[in-house]
Amino acid sequence: MQAPQDRVGTGVAPGAGQTLAPGAGALQSSLRGEVVIAGGTEILRPPPVPPPVAELGPEVLRAMYRAMVLVRTLDTKMVVLQRQGRIAFYGPITGQEAATIGLAYAMRPEDWIFPALREAGVALVRGLELEAMVAQCFGNVRDIAKGRQMPCHYVHRAGNYYAMSSAIATQLPHAVGCAYASKLRREPVVSVACLGDGAVSEGDFHAAANFAGVWRVPCVFFCQNNQWAITVPYRLQSATATIAEKAVAYGFEGVRCDGNDVLAVYETARQAIEKARAGGGPTLVEALTYRILGHTTSDDPSRYRDEAEVAPWRERDPIRLFEERLREQGVLAAAEPEATAAWAKEQVEGAIRAVEGAPPPPLETLIEDVVAATPARLREQLAELRRAMARLGHDPLERSGH
Amino acid sequence: MPVMNYIQALNSALHNEMERDPRVVVFGEDVGRAGGVFRVTDGLQSRFGEERCFDTPLCEQGIVGAAIGMALNGLKPVAEIQFMDYILPAYDQIANELATIRYRSGGQFSAPVVVRTPACGGIHGGHYHSQSTESIFTHVPGIHVVMPSDPYDAKGLLIQAIRSEDPVLFLEPKKLYRSARAEVPEEPYTIPFGQAKVLREGTDCTVVAWGVMVHVCKEAVEQAARKGIECELIDPRTLAPLDEEAILESVRKTGRLVIVHEARRNTGFGAEIAALVAEKAILHLEAPIRRVTGFDVHCPFTLDPYFLPDAPRVLLAIEETVGF
Repeated sequence: MQAPQDRVGTGVAPGAGQTLAPGAGALQSSLRGEVVIAGGTEILRPPPVPPPVAELGPEVLRAMYRAMVLVRTLDTKMVVLQRQGRIAFYGPITGQEAATIGLAYAMRPEDWIFPALREAGVALVRGLELEAMVAQCFGNVRDIAKGRQMPCHYVHRAGNYYAMSSAIATQLPHAVGCAYASKLRREPVVSVACLGDGAVSEGDFHAAANFAGVWRVPCVFFCQNNQWAITVPYRLQSATATIAEKAVAYGFEGVRCDGNDVLAVYETARQAIEKARAGGGPTLVEALTYRILGHTTSDDPSRYRDEAEVAPWRERDPIRLFEERLREQGVLAAAEPEATAAWAKEQVEGAIRAVEGAPPPPLETLIEDVVAATPARLREQLAELRRAMARLGHDPLERSGH
Repeated sequence: MPVMNYIQALNSALHNEMERDPRVVVFGEDVGRAGGVFRVTDGLQSRFGEERCFDTPLCEQGIVGAAIGMALNGLKPVAEIQFMDYILPAYDQIANELATIRYRSGGQFSAPVVVRTPACGGIHGGHYHSQSTESIFTHVPGIHVVMPSDPYDAKGLLIQAIRSEDPVLFLEPKKLYRSARAEVPEEPYTIPFGQAKVLREGTDCTVVAWGVMVHVCKEAVEQAARKGIECELIDPRTLAPLDEEAILESVRKTGRLVIVHEARRNTGFGAEIAALVAEKAILHLEAPIRRVTGFDVHCPFTLDPYFLPDAPRVLLAIEETVGF
C-alpha cells in the first residue's frame, strides 16, 4: 500500500518546485503521483494507488469525519468566544483538520504525542473530554491543569498527550528522549514529535533530529507545514523546497504528503509510525497544508498576505474533500453532513454551557506543583498575599477582570 | 572507611544508584567510553552497558531536552554538561521546560532529571572554564540547586538528587575534584536537601560560603580564631532549597554576617542571603552585612587569583565586620 506522497531519503527524490500553491507546479503533479523533481531532474513515478478507504471500514471513516467536523466546530465557536471577550486567546486549526485527525488515527493508544499548537484534534481522539478542553480555554477550576497556561495549551496524561509549550520546537528533544526510554525497555511504543514549519529554524529541531538519527529511536517527526509562522512565509524560513528533505541530513527518511487529504496523512503517518515501532528508526513526515485563519486570534492575516493566495486553499477544504470522497464511496449518506454539523454544534455548546460558569482555580493552587513538596517559603509568600487581600478588602483576580 | 576524592565519591554514588535502580541512565559528551573528561563516570559503561551509560552528540540543549523526555517516560536520567560555562544553550530547556513541566501541566507530568556539571574556577580556565552561575538557576522555581563542598556531601547529595522527585542541578566545583578528600562509605546514603552544615561554631561572626569557598573560609576562620575572633562557618550545601533557619539562627547569635562566593557580586546568590537576613533578622545585626565575591568582570585567565576570593580577603572582611 502506497499513499500519495513524496518520499526522500531512500533514493527517491523530494517533491520540489518553489511554488507551494495547489493547482500548479511540481507539488500538484507529485500529489497526483506523476512526477517528482530531484536536482532539477524529473523522475516518473508509478501511478497513484487508491486511498485505503475500504481498509479502514465505514465506522472508522465516519468517526474520522465526525472528529474533523468537531474540531472545526470547536474552532469556530471558540474564536467567537474570544471576540466576545469570554476567553483570552485562541489558536485555530481551521484548514488543518485532515493533518491533525489523520495523525490521531495513525497512532496507537500506547504511543506518545508531543504536540505543537495545532494538534488539539489528537487530544480529542485520544480521549480528552471536550469539556476539559473548553475548560482549559477558560482557565477555570474545571481545567485539569489548574488554569496554568494560556488557552489551547492542552495536556492529557492518560492519553500520553504532553503539555504544550508556547516555545517553539522545545518539545522535540523531549519526544526523542521519551522514545529512547521506550527503546531501552524494548517496548513497541512510538513517540510522535509535532512541529510546524517555523520550528525547523530552531536549534531544538536540529538537536532532536540529530539525536533521533544517531540513536535510531522510535520517534516520528510530524510537521504540519501550513506555510506561515505568524507573519513569516515558508520561503523566508528555509531555503529547502520541502521540509521532508531535511531528514536526509539527519540520516533518516523524510516523506511529504498532502496535508489536506486525511487519508493521505493517515497512511503516511501510519507507515512512519509502524516503521518506527518495528525498529526502523525515525521518519520526518511533512503534511503540506495551509493556515486558513490567523496564527491566533491576536493577528490579522489580511495585513500580511493576499487573499489570492488563500483562495485556492479554501477550495481544498479538507473536510469538504473528505466528505465528497466518503459520499462517492457510499460511506456517508446524503443527510449525514448536516446531522453531523448539528451534533458537533450541540457538543461544543453543551461543553461551553457546562464549564463557562465555573469559578477560577482556588488561590491555594498558585503555589502547588512547583516542586513535589510545597516549600515553606511559598506558604509564607501566599500568607503575605492573604494578609494584603484581607486588609485591602478586595480580590486582585476579580479586579483584573480576567 | 575508605578515603575518596570528590570524583571517586561521585563515581561511587553513580555505581551505587545504577546498581540499585535499573531506571538510572547516565549520559553526556565523552561520558561513555572515556568516562568523562574528569573521569566522574569512569567504568560505568563497561559495568552497566552502552544503553545505560553513553556518549551523546555535542549539544547541550539536546542532552537536557532528551533527559526530560526520558524522565517523563519512567527513566531516571543523570545528564552531564561538560562545563557549567556551556550550559547556556540548555538554559531554555532547563528554565522553561524542565523546571516548569510539573507546574504548567497541573501536576500531571514531572521530570526528575539530574543535570550534573563541573562548575567554578581556580583551575586556570579563563572565561569558558571558570564560571559559577548558580544564581541564574536559583532564580527559577521548580529546580533544586546543589553545590557540595566535600566528597562525603557530594556522594550523599548526588544519591539524594537521583532519588528526588524534582529536577536537580548538581554543581561540582572542579577545583575540588582531586584536591578534596574525605572518608566516604562504599554503601549508598543520602543527605537531605535544605540542611546546612555548620563546619565551625562561633559567637562573633557568621560566615556563609559554598563550594570551593568553604575551604577558603575554613582557612580564614582559623586565622581569625588565632586573633581571638570566633566565627561560625555555615555551608548551605543546597542553595535551593536554602536552609534559611540555620543562617538566621546563627546571625541572631553572632549579630554579624559575611557571605563569601566566587560568583560575581551583582545579583549573586549572596544578595539573596543578605536580603533574607535584612528581612528577618536585621535588628540582631551589629554591623553591615559584607560580601566577599568574584569581581563584576568576566573570569580572567592570568589574573584569576585576583578575581577569586582568598583567605586574606575573607579575613579582612571578618575583621572589619567585627571591628565595625
